[in-house]
Amino acid sequence: MREEAILRTIYDPAHRAHPYALYDQLRQVPVRWQEDGPHEAGTYVVSTYREIAALMHDPRISSDLRKGAQSGGPRTPAAPYTFINLDPPEHDRLRRLAMRHFGPPERSDYLERLRPDIERIAARLADGLQGERTIDLVSRFAYPLPVTVICTILGVPHEDQAQFHLWADALVEGVGSNAPEARARRLEASLALNRYMAELVERRRKQPTDDMLSCMATDAGPEGRMDDPYLVATAALLLVAGHETTVNLIANGALTLLRHPSILERLRHEPDLVVCAVEEILRYEPPVQLLANRTTLDDVSIAGTTIPKGVLVTFALAAGNRDPLRFRDPGRFDPERPENAHLGFGGGNHYCFGAPLARIEGQIALRELVRRLQGPRLVVDPPPYRPSPVLRGPQQLLVEVDGVHPT
Amino acid sequence: MARAHALDVCAPRARIRLVVDLNRCQAYAQCCFLAPGVFELHGEEALWYDPEPDPAQREHVLRAVASCPVQAIAVEWPERTDDDGVEAPPRRSP
Amino acid sequence: MSTAFGDDKRILIVGASLAGLRAAETLRAEGFRGRVTIVGDEPDEPYDRPPLSKGVIAGRFPAAHTALPRCEPLRDVEWRLGVAATGLDALAKRVLLLDGQSIEFDRLLIATGARARPWRDPSQAKLDGVFTLRGRADAERLHARLAAHPNRVVVIGAGFMGSEIASSCRELGLAVTVIERGPAPLSGALGGVVAERAGALQRDHGVDLRCYTTVDALEGDAEGRLRRVRLSDGSALDADVAVVALGAVRNTEWLRGSGLAAGEFGVACDAGCRAIALNFIVTDDFFVAGDVARFPHPLYRHQFLALEHWSNAIEQAAIAAHNMICAPANRRPHLAVPAFWSSQFGVNIKSVGVPSAADEVFIAQGSLAAGRFVAVYGKEGRVVAAVTFNQGRWIEFYQRLIESAAPFPPEASAADRPTPSAPIPVAFPDPTAVAHEATAILTGYDATDRRVQWIPRRRAAPAHGAVNPR
Ligand SMILES: Cc1cc2nc3c(=O)[nH]c(=O)nc-3n(C[C@H](O)[C@H](O)[C@H](O)COP(=O)(O)OP(=O)(O)OC[C@H]3O[C@@H](n4cnc5c(N)ncnc54)[C@H](O)[C@@H]3O)c2cc1C
Ligand code: HEM
Ligand code: SF4
Repeated sequence: MREEAILRTIYDPAHRAHPYALYDQLRQVPVRWQEDGPHEAGTYVVSTYREIAALMHDPRISSDLRKGAQSGGPRTPAAPYTFINLDPPEHDRLRRLAMRHFGPPERSDYLERLRPDIERIAARLADGLQGERTIDLVSRFAYPLPVTVICTILGVPHEDQAQFHLWADALVEGVGSNAPEARARRLEASLALNRYMAELVERRRKQPTDDMLSCMATDAGPEGRMDDPYLVATAALLLVAGHETTVNLIANGALTLLRHPSILERLRHEPDLVVCAVEEILRYEPPVQLLANRTTLDDVSIAGTTIPKGVLVTFALAAGNRDPLRFRDPGRFDPERPENAHLGFGGGNHYCFGAPLARIEGQIALRELVRRLQGPRLVVDPPPYRPSPVLRGPQQLLVEVDGVHPT
Repeated sequence: MARAHALDVCAPRARIRLVVDLNRCQAYAQCCFLAPGVFELHGEEALWYDPEPDPAQREHVLRAVASCPVQAIAVEWPERTDDDGVEAPPRRSP
Repeated sequence: MSTAFGDDKRILIVGASLAGLRAAETLRAEGFRGRVTIVGDEPDEPYDRPPLSKGVIAGRFPAAHTALPRCEPLRDVEWRLGVAATGLDALAKRVLLLDGQSIEFDRLLIATGARARPWRDPSQAKLDGVFTLRGRADAERLHARLAAHPNRVVVIGAGFMGSEIASSCRELGLAVTVIERGPAPLSGALGGVVAERAGALQRDHGVDLRCYTTVDALEGDAEGRLRRVRLSDGSALDADVAVVALGAVRNTEWLRGSGLAAGEFGVACDAGCRAIALNFIVTDDFFVAGDVARFPHPLYRHQFLALEHWSNAIEQAAIAAHNMICAPANRRPHLAVPAFWSSQFGVNIKSVGVPSAADEVFIAQGSLAAGRFVAVYGKEGRVVAAVTFNQGRWIEFYQRLIESAAPFPPEASAADRPTPSAPIPVAFPDPTAVAHEATAILTGYDATDRRVQWIPRRRAAPAHGAVNPR
């Protein structure tokens, strides 16, 4: 393979099940040019831990689409309004305004108070598997769990969830693909989702309930309220992020545990171990493998390469997470790994907003699966994968079980 | 400084003790979400924490320590003995 | 596992706090099996000080909660707590203790830190209601008094410590007056430009801040209780609590006559933490770490640096301990860029490098007015320090600029760069005008304190309350 085409190979669906050898290859040069990937014009790819961590804290690296190097402008009409696509100070202000209703400093115990509800949802989903011998863990467990939770948090009515599923899938399927059809589907889904969210925001403003959308729509805090386009876009971002990432954490986690039966067995006796196991899954099989949304605001010299001003930069989180200079024996799945400061949730000012929720969901989900499934074993290994190389996870995860324990 | 894992071999003690390297901490607040009674953001970025939280918080502290993105929290766990034994305190000069 | 320094050797650590504890842990972690003794004059096992001025006096948790976690069990370390070292016989390699005993050693680590600078008038200092803060016991007493709702607290000196104490008092809803000799709080540590923001922060939080002011006298009643604080502007404040926060004094008196270069700014040592003797010769068996150490730093042209920084105590202690037991060829230098944090009035302040070494400052990100910013400090066209207010995630970028002596002002365009932006004079006040010391200072090139050059600060008339008889 040509040195400039490693990223293209990673994007190729044929390699979805086994990308790590390619990431190892990428890492041979910490920062290097790649012909394409997310975008025809090519990108600089950063693949070593130290360099990714450095650039995530570098103010010359921008996430602002308006300053962006991506061709064709923003990917969706809502994109310019979401803080994931903005730099400080706008980013910081919008993120604070959303965080007010989600976590510290103002609402620190919100998620911990939600934990019992999430446990109930997981238990109910597991109950629903009783009597079956072959189960698709993605559609029956890994997907519905986070979707139900994020809809509850935001205040999206249950009956609308099926519709969302379609929109959210269309949106992320497009991530990392520039095929015209994918683009068109993405645009359409985004417009529809935004219309829906705008309506919902309006409804919640008139008749507030105690969910996050109502809080954001009626916020009378010291920093004021988000303007509507931002509010709608933020709600959509949370909904999509809540739909399309944690599912991979749970599915990648279940897959990894099934491939490591001794650890699975240990988890039965040491339920606390699930906490570190989730962190290790985020390192070993990160649900978000690549961040392909950064632009240089200036020439940036790093690790012997100068990235010129105004080009697209991609952080290969999945490569950094297996950097042997940072993690000893990186190809080994080791829930007891010391100082596991993985890059699974990114870093710097865009560090994942929903990380604590994803962690709680991951811990609860895996604990429930370990406790409930009797003699689980993989039916197909590797499983079929979803198309995206960025948000990577199984499309379907078939397991055979001897039974499902009652609660 | 050694972090959570190296500390598992620590001297037995009845209480959890912790210290956060606040130079390293970047106020990601993961600990505040997961152990809200122990860690607290004071304003946007200043982290406050109880360095000797109630042992009932053990599970929460465990999750907080594991989730810190920069692994800034060092903790010494109490050894779980049946009689809740406390190590003899360091010797004092007569 | 065995170390170059044999198992039959004896190591003595004087000072049972952060540096002493972390050094002992490193000795054991690196496999030293000989005897380790730790002497400390406080009765407590090692505890953490930064929470004292924050959560403890604000009543969030008791002072007793601050014991430091152990990274190593240290079961086989001999603790001699509650007894002070009073002298060092360098020739006999023996430390004398206040209780008349003495301890012989093969190698010594000096980790006696610093103490609060007392109020200059001992009889006024003895008034009930006058406090200093350095240790756990101080914090317990101060907290008890603050919890009893005094009518007014006067904080004398607005360095980091004084500002944090004022913040904790406001947290408790108490009326606070801060008396500062300089133009603004933290001006000696951060320079006038950033200090102005710190002053605004205090006023926004209801602190009665009096700059360019000093305290003439603390006045008590017949029962010896503090009643009034008399100020240099002729006015007086009714107050029942005064906290003296005028910086720290290094605990080096016990080394007088030892032949080591120990003085007001600490014990001079080389980059490998080996103490330097008064005759400029580097010693083999005496090491120094933590607040009590003065060490040459390559980023500041090998001037001796004196720090009162938590992470310096940890890093230097680990290096000193390593160097005490390894083969000489494996010794490591202590080169870490100084780093510090403070939290006050809901703001997280971070600092890297030595701001007081700078002559210009540049707001690289954010804005002073909004209270969220990165200030970069330069000297002679190089970045020497950076300070953030609630923008801590960016600081490691600027730390790398310091490490690589990057050009100042930083040229790169960056997110959130204010416009227009240009460097301005950093505005450090005349050193005689600030009541407190910065917690990071350059103390010149000379190992022996008697001939310390103050760069950039000169030692002139004693600062407010700071009487330093030479
Ligand atoms: C209230 C407070 C808040 C702080 N906040 C921050 C902060 O926010 N950020 C930060 O970076 N730093 C902060 N610091 C500074 C930090 O705590 C110190 O840098 C650190 O404690 C230094 O550790 P050390 O072991 O070198 O010295 P010390 O902690 O001073 O310990 C020295 C020990 O030696 C003992 N000793 C002294 N003389 C003798 C003797 N002759 N014989 C026996 N024992 C002796 C002392 O009693 C003491 O126990 C703060 C300090 C205080 C007091
Ligand atoms: C395992 C699950 C998840 C993973 C692996 C993950 C990963 C990430 C990563 C790597 C980023 C950084 C993006 C960047 O730097 O550009 C990010 C940002 C973000 N995530 Fe997540 N995420 C997960 C779950 C969630 C959930 C459940 C939510 C919603 C509640 C969420 C909301 C967000 C938001 C809003 C951002 C943007 C933050 C910002 O720009 O400040 N994520 N996530
Ligand atoms: S999780 Fe870590 S970085 Fe975040 S606030 Fe807690 S200690 Fe700091």
